[in-house]
Amino acid sequence: MYDIIIIGAGPAGLTAAIYARRASKSVLVLEALTYGGQIINTPSIANYPAAPDISGFEFATKVYEQAEALGAEFVYEKAADIQRSENGASFFVKTDENEYEGKAVIIAAGSVNRKLGLPNEEELVGRGVSYCATCDGAFYRGKRTAVAGGGNTALEDALYLADLAEKVYIVHRRDAFRGEETTVNALKQRPNVEFVLNSSVTKLCADKKLTGIEVTDKNTGETRELAVDGLFVAIGRVPSDIGFNVGTRDSGYIDAGEDCRTNVPGIFAAGDCREKEVRQLVTAAADGAVAATEAVRYIASLR
Amino acid sequence: MIKEVTTATFEEEVLSSDKPVLVDFNADWCGPCQMLKPTLDKLADELDNVKVVSVNIDREDDLAYKYSVSSIPCLVMFEGGNETRRSIGLKPRPELIKFING
Repeated sequence: MYDIIIIGAGPAGLTAAIYARRASKSVLVLEALTYGGQIINTPSIANYPAAPDISGFEFATKVYEQAEALGAEFVYEKAADIQRSENGASFFVKTDENEYEGKAVIIAAGSVNRKLGLPNEEELVGRGVSYCATCDGAFYRGKRTAVAGGGNTALEDALYLADLAEKVYIVHRRDAFRGEETTVNALKQRPNVEFVLNSSVTKLCADKKLTGIEVTDKNTGETRELAVDGLFVAIGRVPSDIGFNVGTRDSGYIDAGEDCRTNVPGIFAAGDCREKEVRQLVTAAADGAVAATEAVRYIASLR
Repeated sequence: MIKEVTTATFEEEVLSSDKPVLVDFNADWCGPCQMLKPTLDKLADELDNVKVVSVNIDREDDLAYKYSVSSIPCLVMFEGGNETRRSIGLKPRPELIKFING
């Protein structure tokens, strides 16, 4: 039996592993894909204290090596279920292949991009549909693109693409933007940026790869097709599909406060999967520290 | 060690290969590509029936364009000179093996 099982090896989970190991607890980290989480997609991190201009990959690798050197164990399996043991003193975490027992569990499963939910969306990923402008924008130099969304990510994606692409449409379902006004104003100055407001993407037109998108005006019901080579979907993120039986908010994020405690004593939530205001690298790491400390305290209370 | 191929060597190394070839389209700035690399390195050593090569899309943008690569990491399987399937994004090892075996 492990003292603490951590689900997810992103910045929150890895930081939790560091804190838990430094408190001399045995630690198992379960990860479905690879360590690092979504930060590995960021070419350059500019806002983490004392590490300006580090790449997401380098950051993730450093934190991973730190956790591993401290003695955290890593298993690459997808956690599917958490059950409390009959005597209540431990939990069983089931993966596709195995079952692991731990006194406390920290869920740090992160979040994923929200999809448009259109039928051929999945098959067009990498063939014109992307969820990351800074990752894939370079492929659309001199081409026609669209961004779906109205938050900061969508606006920043559009601004990034405006420097590369021939054309950038911003398709947003409202007539005002949630994102920062300075970015909106910067976009208005760009001759190659066109706002398509009160509209949503209702169809992806494709011939092996994306050729255009159909947008529908929600007020008039009118549809039109925009010929684009690339569509960048930036309509927010949703919590990873974890299906663990802990309380969540309507948003789907795990209902846990700044102390990272869920409604189940002994199960903690850290990082982007937790309901919170600010989802940043630094707040994910902070959650990891808090969740591990709370888990250590919880284990002490079992005696 | 995975061999890097260029526009000049693509025909010989990939299209004319007797064995199926897995081409890893990647870039230095792409984090998920760096994450994928150790797994591919290992698979390249383990698998006898498949050849694994890499294409740096910044240095070889003609190849990236020719094969419509618009998101990386992008793995393309070539058999008998033709593309037979592709996989986009970071995948865990078991899924990669499944993809390679078709």
